[in-house]
Amino acid sequence: MTAGIDLGHPQAQAIRSDEDVVRVRQLVRGVAVAVKLSLVDQTKVVTAASELARNTLVYGGGGTVEVATVDNGRRRGVRIVFADSGPGIPDLDLAFTDGYTTGGGLGLGLSGARRLVDEFEIETSPETGTRITVTKWSR
Amino acid sequence: MERVPILKIGDILLVSIQLDMSDQTAVALQEDLAERIVATGCHGVIIDITALDIVDSFVGRMLSTIASISKVLDAETVVVGMRPAVAITLVELGLSLNGIRTALNVERGMELIAAARADELDYQLDDDPDAETATP
Repeated sequence: MTAGIDLGHPQAQAIRSDEDVVRVRQLVRGVAVAVKLSLVDQTKVVTAASELARNTLVYGGGGTVEVATVDNGRRRGVRIVFADSGPGIPDLDLAFTDGYTTGGGLGLGLSGARRLVDEFEIETSPETGTRITVTKWSR
Repeated sequence: MERVPILKIGDILLVSIQLDMSDQTAVALQEDLAERIVATGCHGVIIDITALDIVDSFVGRMLSTIASISKVLDAETVVVGMRPAVAITLVELGLSLNGIRTALNVERGMELIAAARADELDYQLDDDPDAETATP
């Protein structure tokens, strides 16, 4: 049993405030370092996590994040799940358009985050809220 | 909430961001800087982001806004010390950092501000009608 980050076991963090967004970044960075992502890939996945955590807070009214390590036999990676029970995203095509925003931001969060990770899945509905799963693999 | 300190060095305000800023801290910095520019009459702002390991769209927007605000208040903003990985990520994210001048380090940032200031003073001299008659 090694000390520090428990690999394979997901770590959860509530997203309720600005400070929680900072904590999400730190949590994701720790796991990204543990699975030996390159510096550029660490930077990309932490930046993507920051965008998505802020979306969870601003548009989803808060929620939770789970960060886990994944292993496909050849490579290891970090998987992050953002979940909120907010109003959902009515028009996904529009939401993924660069520059489109309903919140006064730059409209780069969702589209930009998708470009920064290797895998991106989104489930959204007015009943269940929004759940976004992203994965970044080591090279 | 934590606040980012603003140092005055001669005619320049130096902001060295040493912490992982919450969005609130970033907004407070924007406001603090605007006040300090007016209070000190400084003509240059250097924002050192050497210690930042990410710049997301919120911080990117804050940097652009600071550059715009300072321009209106007759000060030039230079962002220095961006890490290569941060630059790569910013471009992929789609953030163009419009209107922001950058330099590799604080020293070059100071040179850039001095040069921009000198250009501006030259330009004002060129506008002088007496100067115009000298070059028909």
